[in-house]
Amino acid sequence: MDARRESEVAPMKNRTTVERKSERELVVTRTFNGPARLVFEAWTKPELFRQWWVPKSMGMSLLSCEMDVRVGGRYRLEFAHGDSQSAFFGTYKEVTPHSRLVWTNEESDEGSVTTVTFAEKGGKTLLVMHELYPSKEALDAAGTGAADAMGETFEQLDELLVTLGASVGRP
Amino acid sequence: MVQYSRTRFDASFAALSDVTRRGVLEQLGRADASITDLAEKFDMTLTGMKKHVGVLEQAGLVTTEKVGRVRTCKLGLRRLEEEAAWIERYRQLWDARFDELDRVVEELKRKEKVDGRKKRE
Repeated sequence: MDARRESEVAPMKNRTTVERKSERELVVTRTFNGPARLVFEAWTKPELFRQWWVPKSMGMSLLSCEMDVRVGGRYRLEFAHGDSQSAFFGTYKEVTPHSRLVWTNEESDEGSVTTVTFAEKGGKTLLVMHELYPSKEALDAAGTGAADAMGETFEQLDELLVTLGASVGRP
Repeated sequence: MVQYSRTRFDASFAALSDVTRRGVLEQLGRADASITDLAEKFDMTLTGMKKHVGVLEQAGLVTTEKVGRVRTCKLGLRRLEEEAAWIERYRQLWDARFDELDRVVEELKRKEKVDGRKKRE
């Protein structure tokens, strides 16, 4: 009905926090300005998921994205980074619509178990992503690997986000 | 600042509240030293120095390593900074991802509205 008025309310950019809960656990949180069912949808439909999982600024591209989101179902993501390629894959362990997702990361023996919860309040969704690694060393290695992979392009990130924000009219 | 480090900071400030411990940090900034060296330097018993080093170690300001019978102390600051930088880079990755996810969610909201199927919660 009153779409005009609502579209004028520019959603605020929410803060992403990362906390190392213990030697083996990492927790990422962020609030999204939308109901849990939509945020959940964006995590579980491949055509939506691939729109955000690899930000353009990262300098990587997602070659393929297969997700069979149900308990026991598998996922597989394939990336290209320069001349190299990599794949991430695993199994969904829990799928509770609009509230909880648990999957394994099986690309190495030291893979983590990821739990994502979606809690809706007042039309907004608090997302908590919890990663549990088999050992402290596995978490250190994974984090360093991820940071290194992204590090090369991170200098350009702020700049690019500004450009992207401006060109797409993002708040 | 990154959330995880708050307790670390508390521990750091507590550790820094003591003049001897500040002196130890200053000393270790110049060169690594054994607990015995430090005890002598600060005219203190071995037990007393061990206690101070323990507090600094707990705060992540000093690391110690035992080689043979000698425990060597060195500044742990760099390790702490590295860890904070590591977490911050990881945070930036997720922040960039979630900025994109914001847009997807906005788009989904817009579509629902256009479809006229907006459910009142």
